[in-house]
Amino acid sequence: MTVTAPAPRLTVVTEATPAKLMRKRVLSVLAHVALIGASILMLYPLLWMLSASFRPENEIFGGTLIPSVWSLDSYFRGWDGLRVSFGTFFWNSLVISVTSVVGNLIACSMAAFAFARLRFKGRNFWFALMLMTLMLPGQVTLIPQYVLFRELGWIDTILPLVVPKFLAVDAFFVFLMVQFFRGIPRELDEAAMMDGCSAWRIYWKIMLPLSMPVLATAAIFTFIWTWDDFFAPLIYLNEMKQYTVMLGLRTFTDSTGESDFGGLFAMSVLSLVPIFLFFLFFQRLLIEGIATTGMKR
Amino acid sequence: MTAPAMEAGVPHAGGAVSQSWWSRVWQNHAPGYLFLIPWLVGFLGLTIGPIITSFYLSFTDFDLLTAPEWVGASNYIRMFTADPKFIASMQVTLTFVLFSVPLKLAFALGVALLLNRGMRGLPLYRALFYLPSLLGASVAIAILWRQLFAGDGLVNDFLSVFGIQGPSWISNPRYSLWTLIILSIWQFGSPMIIFLAGLRQIPQDMYEAASLDGASRWRQFWKITLPLLTPVVFFNAIIQTIEAFKSFTPAFIISAGTGNPINSTLFYTLYLYQEAFGFFRMGYASALAWFLLLLVACFTAFSFLTSKYWVHYDD
Repeated sequence: MTVTAPAPRLTVVTEATPAKLMRKRVLSVLAHVALIGASILMLYPLLWMLSASFRPENEIFGGTLIPSVWSLDSYFRGWDGLRVSFGTFFWNSLVISVTSVVGNLIACSMAAFAFARLRFKGRNFWFALMLMTLMLPGQVTLIPQYVLFRELGWIDTILPLVVPKFLAVDAFFVFLMVQFFRGIPRELDEAAMMDGCSAWRIYWKIMLPLSMPVLATAAIFTFIWTWDDFFAPLIYLNEMKQYTVMLGLRTFTDSTGESDFGGLFAMSVLSLVPIFLFFLFFQRLLIEGIATTGMKR
Repeated sequence: MTAPAMEAGVPHAGGAVSQSWWSRVWQNHAPGYLFLIPWLVGFLGLTIGPIITSFYLSFTDFDLLTAPEWVGASNYIRMFTADPKFIASMQVTLTFVLFSVPLKLAFALGVALLLNRGMRGLPLYRALFYLPSLLGASVAIAILWRQLFAGDGLVNDFLSVFGIQGPSWISNPRYSLWTLIILSIWQFGSPMIIFLAGLRQIPQDMYEAASLDGASRWRQFWKITLPLLTPVVFFNAIIQTIEAFKSFTPAFIISAGTGNPINSTLFYTLYLYQEAFGFFRMGYASALAWFLLLLVACFTAFSFLTSKYWVHYDD
């Protein structure tokens, strides 16, 4: 009697399991099908543009996703499609983006260190003001800034694009770094302070080395956002020699109009390559950065 | 040298007794301000100064070449009474915000829920769905979009398989704004990542308790998941709405800077750009900018005020 008692319970379990398992498996397969379908639908346009850029000129429209003939013609044509070579545009974009990264890292981390660790009169007041600028639409400062930079003779130079970064105008990164610095144990800098370390040494020798993850996140996003930026270069750079890649692309769409799609697609693909490389190599950092801070992109 | 005034519970008396009042003040506050100098210069010179200046300019006629001329409130009066393009741009922008933000968040939440069921290959899916968000702001993507929705574009090629002859979406004022809304929805990846992080915060035992009580998955979603996720929904909604108000590049590229056909893609920021840098009406453009600031501020304040009725914070 006591031996048979568990038996029916066991059969109940084994009876329910295959059906439940089956249902679960079907649901999971359906979910995968839906997700794979959605990813293909979403990424297809990108793949299409990539493939179009490698097709010979007469096959750009129509033609299969895998080109029948691989051709680099579009790239050569596009590269020299404008009065100034795209090489110049890429170089300009690179200079502006790298300088912006340097500026943001220095200025934002200094401000963040002051807000997170140093004690001084008015700190909370300034911090509150800094938080308020997080939501500020840039259009409100646009025109006076333009007038100022124009008075300074900075139009058609990279200065209006990079100098603000050295003044920590991207409040978002200041905020990001403050949050990170606050998580670093205070004992470390207290001990250093007792040893008579200056604030500068504590910042340079303790905080920054411990903050590599947040500095990397800030660097990558600064690079990508500056690389992508269209509005500021559009306003401040009129001379084609000074153009960034994004301005070059825009001019390409205007000047060649509907004629050289191959060249346009090829240069568009090239313009996405740096961002895509960041995506490939720093995906984890990017995704964690967004998940923990709620970045907009 | 004594140590600087760090944020620590240690009293900085040290050798201070012998020091003058001035050197104490200096040591207490100087390091903070020294570190803050770059930010302070930027904040005063490139943020606060310009905000005040643009407020002043919004009451003037200013063409960059001659000095601003005071015209009182006439810029603002003109906006609301004599400028059909302003009204059109408001309509376009509000339509864009009203449709793109909820749809984008719905997609983001839907996919996040699907992924959160312990799917295999989650990192891969997450990365694939995130890629458009990362690339989306680029001019290259706007160019691609213009091609996709052209009369002989990819979308119509696809539709023709089903025997549907699609219009030229981009140059048809009925659809052109929708191509931009779709472009925005396509970039649902980053709110999705934030939703995923939020979903992971929900304790699993709540679901276990609920299913023991016989609550269906549907009920669990409405009674557990969604309420606990409202802070994340709130956050995403605010960020995405402000971003949508500020959107510029796609409309500029797709309409070649015009906002056409028939002003159907004339985003507010695009109109502001035209007024400022096309016609050099800097005073009027400043008034437009200040109205945008007011709009964003009102929206944010309204959201925070109403949030206590629907956002659940557990403390």
